[in-house]
Amino acid sequence: MFRIEPRKEPSRAMAYATPFLALLLTILAGFVLFALLGKDPLKATWIIFIEPLTTLYSISEMMVKATPLILIGIGLALGFRAGVWNIGAEGQFTMGALTGGAMALALYQIEGFWVLPLICLAGIFGGMAWAAIPALLRTRFNTNEILVSLMLVYIATLLLSIMVHGPLRSPEGMNFPESRLFHDAALMPVLIEGTRAHWGFIVALLVALAAYLLLRFHIVGLALKVVGQAPRAARFAGFSEKRMVWFSFLVSGGLAGLAGVFEATGPVGQLVPALPVGYGFTAIIVAFLGRLHPAGIVVGGLLLALTYIGGESAQISMQLPSSTTRVFQGLLLFFLLTTDILVNYKIKSVRARPGAITLNRP
Amino acid sequence: MILSNMWKGLTGALMALAMFFAANAVMAASHAKKLKVAFVYVGPVGDHGWTYQHHQAMKAVKAKFGDKVETTHVENVSEGPDAERVIQQLAQKGNDLIFTTSFGFMNPTLKVAKRFPKVKFEHATGFKRAANVSTYNTRFYEGRYVAGVAAGKLTKTNTIGYIASFPIPEVVMGINASYLGAKSVNPDVKIKVIWVSTWFDPGKEAAAAKALVDQGADILFQHTDSPAAMKLAEQKGILALGQASDMKAFGPNAQYTSLVNDWSGYSISRVQAVMDGTWKSTNTWGGLKDGMLTMPKWSAKVPADVAKLADEVKAKIIAGTFHPFTGPLKKQDGSVALKDGEVIDDGALSGMNYYVEGVDGSLPK
Repeated sequence: MFRIEPRKEPSRAMAYATPFLALLLTILAGFVLFALLGKDPLKATWIIFIEPLTTLYSISEMMVKATPLILIGIGLALGFRAGVWNIGAEGQFTMGALTGGAMALALYQIEGFWVLPLICLAGIFGGMAWAAIPALLRTRFNTNEILVSLMLVYIATLLLSIMVHGPLRSPEGMNFPESRLFHDAALMPVLIEGTRAHWGFIVALLVALAAYLLLRFHIVGLALKVVGQAPRAARFAGFSEKRMVWFSFLVSGGLAGLAGVFEATGPVGQLVPALPVGYGFTAIIVAFLGRLHPAGIVVGGLLLALTYIGGESAQISMQLPSSTTRVFQGLLLFFLLTTDILVNYKIKSVRARPGAITLNRP
Repeated sequence: MILSNMWKGLTGALMALAMFFAANAVMAASHAKKLKVAFVYVGPVGDHGWTYQHHQAMKAVKAKFGDKVETTHVENVSEGPDAERVIQQLAQKGNDLIFTTSFGFMNPTLKVAKRFPKVKFEHATGFKRAANVSTYNTRFYEGRYVAGVAAGKLTKTNTIGYIASFPIPEVVMGINASYLGAKSVNPDVKIKVIWVSTWFDPGKEAAAAKALVDQGADILFQHTDSPAAMKLAEQKGILALGQASDMKAFGPNAQYTSLVNDWSGYSISRVQAVMDGTWKSTNTWGGLKDGMLTMPKWSAKVPADVAKLADEVKAKIIAGTFHPFTGPLKKQDGSVALKDGEVIDDGALSGMNYYVEGVDGSLPK
């Protein structure tokens, strides 16, 4: 007989262990899945999780994919700590790409060291402005920020589409919906020669470090935590909830915008309607997988990037369906949420006694 | 963290080097036997439209060359940042010929092609080429004109509904050709266009189809890839023109004919060319004559006299004695597009960015 008992205090050990447990369970579930599909499960798991780590090219591509995931994940985690649910990072990412890209096009053929920083700033402001809408509605009218930020994703995507169909459309592009290719001064410098890995990855790591210092040593870190976990105590302590909502949205929006402009000026090099591919949503998994901790988010971002690259390789070399990647990501989040029960509860094996109540309420 | 990444990078680099040599050795050994051919798709192979037909071409290549080729396909590749990596990986895995089958793969294909000068690339529907990048496309407008002739006779409400994707020349010329075909037999015919800004989104396509029916359309044309509009036409008991593949299964009563893209012949000829060492960068624009575009038999809903009329037009197009865009032709704004008797040239056609006179609405800007 087993019994699930609430713990007196959440287990720190479990909080760190469950992401690994979830990963293990995901891999096991993948095994079963591949076997059912009639594919060699060992080979498939190898191709998805190990092989990408063995070539410089796939490692560089992992960095390309991890960059936006880490940047957005860090921003979201700050808000999630304070109980501010920005679900619309995808929209802020798109707006960042759009405003940054528009700046790049406005500065077309203009050289100068200041060109790229200006483009990045434009991207940050774009993301911030988009995130300011749910922040304003929440603080002024108490609107649900989950719904507002989510709905704004679709508006941002359509706005990008309108812009590349119209004003930002390439004049040499025969009406095809895409912008000019950005000129060299507007492109992110490459980190590893011959690959697409760019300096944005280093920026993402620095942002993670900054977030760590903020949470560890700055009063804002404490304020976020208190507002999230004990709103009443926060009021007594003089932390303003409104201010935290604004802070969370502006920071996460700005970082998502930066991720967007990195994507446009990095691997893509122009504005296309298909620019947003869901990083804003995947970053939510990254944030939780990383336990809302900056170091964890860096690891989580790399892991999720790995599933993208590995899933593609599996498609190429084993002709596995393209949905493999998304199934894996879904499983990972699912197992993380289910194993998280171990953080607050423990499973005890007990001898069955007649009349014993085997399930305790928390 | 950074340190361990550097380690990973270093060991990764060494392993990559080792694998590179190993792969080269293997390739040198097996190269004489097998040609590696890869296909990159924008949609799922089961879209029953655009991607499905390209997948058929891959199967045809496999069937034709058997053991002499090794084929790979990657589906659902977004036209955004991921395309370049997929194409790069395929090139890196030793593929000799790579078909990238959507317009949005144009720049990624060219970027990768630059890095792999020995790999040959075939990009469908693009307009940029390189020494190792060919482009190929189909003259869909020919079939649309023929289908338009039949539709002009078949419509009772004098309204054709048209679901369009993006206002690019290929789509715009399709609308114009359909309208001109219908008008040539029915001066009162109208064409209503809804732009859905997607190639494949069954939900949006169905909603657009419904809106067109509500506006009085009793024949649906589409330039999107899913069979959603065909299904709706079947439900509503009206007619529809199949797109990209034979969609009869989705509209046994609704489909009066279909425009079937047959890429098999082209794909096979290009694989053959690589094998023979005669492959060159080319721009192919084939139509009804070349068999790149085919139309299945008219359905029972098409009376014999209508079928005969449309077939005659089709025969003239195949014979080269008639071009759907022949003057006098005016643009929507009333200015002259083609003088009396003038036939449009391919350059002007492939840059077509205007509606012809008589088409309702305006092009999205």
